[in-house]
Amino acid sequence: MPVKVASEWLNSCSGCEIAILNLGEALLTVLPHLDFVHFPVLMDHKYFGQTGEGDIHHLEIPEAVVGLVSGGVRNQEHLEVAEAMRRSCRVLIALGTCATHGGIPSLINQFGNDELLDRCYHTETTDPGADAPGDTVPALLDRCYALDEKVKVDIYLPGCPPHPDQIAEVLTALLEGRAPELPSKSVCDTCPTIRDGKGKLTKMRRFTENALYEPGRPLGEMNCLLEQGLLCMGPVTRAGCAGNDGPGPRCLIARVPCRGCFGPVQQEGNQLLDMYNALASNGIDFTHIADPSSMLRFSGAHGLLRVRK
Amino acid sequence: MEQKITEASADQAFTHGAGSAPRVINIQPITRIEGHARIAITLDEAGNVADSRLNIMALRGFEKFIEGRPAEEVPRIVNRICGICPWMHHTASNKAVDGCFGAQVPPAGMKLRELMQVMAQINDKILHFFFLAAPDFIMGPGADYSVRNVLGIVQAHPELARRVVKMRQAGQMMIEKFAGKVIHPVVVVPGGFAKSMTEAERLELLEKSREQLEFARFCIDFAKTNIFYKLDADTVGLGQITTGFLGTVDPADGSLTLFDGVLRLMKPDGSCQDFTYEQYADFLGEHVEPWSYSKFPYARAWGEGFSMDLAAPKGIYRVNTLARLNVCEQINTPLAQAELEEFRSRFGRPAQSTMLYHWARLIELVYACERVIEILEDPEITDTHVRNAVTPGAGRGVGCVEAPRGTLIHDYVTDADGLISRANIIVGTTHNVAPMNMSIRQVAESVIQKGVVTEEALNKVEMAVRAYDP
Repeated sequence: MPVKVASEWLNSCSGCEIAILNLGEALLTVLPHLDFVHFPVLMDHKYFGQTGEGDIHHLEIPEAVVGLVSGGVRNQEHLEVAEAMRRSCRVLIALGTCATHGGIPSLINQFGNDELLDRCYHTETTDPGADAPGDTVPALLDRCYALDEKVKVDIYLPGCPPHPDQIAEVLTALLEGRAPELPSKSVCDTCPTIRDGKGKLTKMRRFTENALYEPGRPLGEMNCLLEQGLLCMGPVTRAGCAGNDGPGPRCLIARVPCRGCFGPVQQEGNQLLDMYNALASNGIDFTHIADPSSMLRFSGAHGLLRVRK
Repeated sequence: MEQKITEASADQAFTHGAGSAPRVINIQPITRIEGHARIAITLDEAGNVADSRLNIMALRGFEKFIEGRPAEEVPRIVNRICGICPWMHHTASNKAVDGCFGAQVPPAGMKLRELMQVMAQINDKILHFFFLAAPDFIMGPGADYSVRNVLGIVQAHPELARRVVKMRQAGQMMIEKFAGKVIHPVVVVPGGFAKSMTEAERLELLEKSREQLEFARFCIDFAKTNIFYKLDADTVGLGQITTGFLGTVDPADGSLTLFDGVLRLMKPDGSCQDFTYEQYADFLGEHVEPWSYSKFPYARAWGEGFSMDLAAPKGIYRVNTLARLNVCEQINTPLAQAELEEFRSRFGRPAQSTMLYHWARLIELVYACERVIEILEDPEITDTHVRNAVTPGAGRGVGCVEAPRGTLIHDYVTDADGLISRANIIVGTTHNVAPMNMSIRQVAESVIQKGVVTEEALNKVEMAVRAYDP
């Protein structure tokens, strides 16, 4: 019997759904075992009946064993969909860092809704005197929430986006009736760059010129970017982006520093405080870092990013 | 402000279903598109369409929350605007930051940027055509919703599905292997590109790109044989409206470019004005409606205001594949040019049929594959000087690319520390919000009459939206 699966996206970008498709031929192998009952990006099941005349106060999502939810919760519709998914699904998976920690859109938590609406509808191109939308669009909540701030989450699968290897592991584990085995270490634990730990640095510099590396040589021959003086969030970020057998963390393959897109190493961690600790314990002055709140750019929900005074 | 919104939506919600309230059809969510949107069709007492709206339901506010961020970090923040086309935001944003910092990009850095951006277009077009749009044509617009999707195609046409999945996956992995991340890329940086390409990497990509071109030729032949022949008098008019068009062309010869050039705004009569990225706000404006978080760009330069009235639209232009093929003089790659000539001989210039977006998309797929091969055959692509150092400071930059969904504009101002002080972003799909509203109305009026509402009719309304690949 195929397992019924429902999928939804909230305050998100669709990158997590593309990551599911990036399972590629592995997806074709697992598809016969899955029965998708609701999946807006790929199939046409509707909330209020297929002819759109159901009660708009009762959003309907078919029952499923597995529910995948990407995105945080930012408006009234997201909240209703999240609650409907929770009601309909036996196992609810927070898919991607927006769902697990708020993700990039939780940067908005440093601004009030009035500031947001005032800017977005009064730009260099908007018609003068326009009022912000407020009719038949879902009301904004006061901020952007991670999924587990609103409904109970059973499995956390972070990543921006999650690696297809981990999506496959979760789906396979559920089909086999076991707990999924997901990465628990830090990005640095999966990084082959050279660390000599000499600790001569006192400051971090902005990423305005390329890292030092020999073109065409493997990643394992490049020196650690932190030790090159570039802020790299590897020490405080959950591993996983390298997949099961990748050559290293994905951003490092591009020769750029990690920015923390898998969220904190521990689900409840704080990437900003953890990074301050890591820098301070190596004698590095962090007070000059431009916009330190950007270190929480992937994990600003759970009250970590607050409105700037 | 928030309170005001809450009250307004509550009022709206409770008007539905009340005794004398009008009959409202809610197509929610619109499916097989990217993002959150709903169509609400209001019927009059005779059961005919009185009103229709496309509500864009979400607002994340990138324009606001990148304020105060170091500008060199922004290209790896704004890529999260869209997980399907993150390369477009990543590239346009880097161009804007280059402008703010006065950066000059080395030739190899520029070529690598274009290579990645055009490679990403290939995967996007395969995704949209086969995974999102084709089920309406291959399975039929009236097929049951449980099979009218890519999973249905996998069941009904396993060999085709396997080939499509395999080729799209190969395209994604080509980018990922070289650039680290294919979804939410990081490798483009202000001043250029973060890593150079080796000769071995170039040769491997070139070989795979030739396979992609073969696949693109298969796709357009397949579509012409199996799908586009069905674009008869009945379906070719689905969602048809008459508008102007906006796209990017090479300033030297007016040819199609996805990566860099000048913007060209075409009136419905085919006359054109060209302008630079920095001039965009002189030509384009954005109307705001209370019922959609998305704004409604229009051609301010035409001086006629904004109206979505089907009989007398004002300021309405369209973007995305059909627009680009309408505004360009020619395509400078041979196979795509041959396709364009056939297309123009059948549908004229400008072509207005909304369903032709699909056909134009596959012509662009052929162009993108040919262009990738051209770039990879350029010996300069492996030059190791790919980035110049940049100096954060005060400035302004407007960066544009043609995203799969249309002209993408990122406009930033930075302060003396190189932090973003103001940003204005117009996303490809946004330009098409007014045209989508009009196409929805056009279809709704033709398929819903005397109160008869069927699933097939409503799916045809959605097909008008899907053509724009929002």
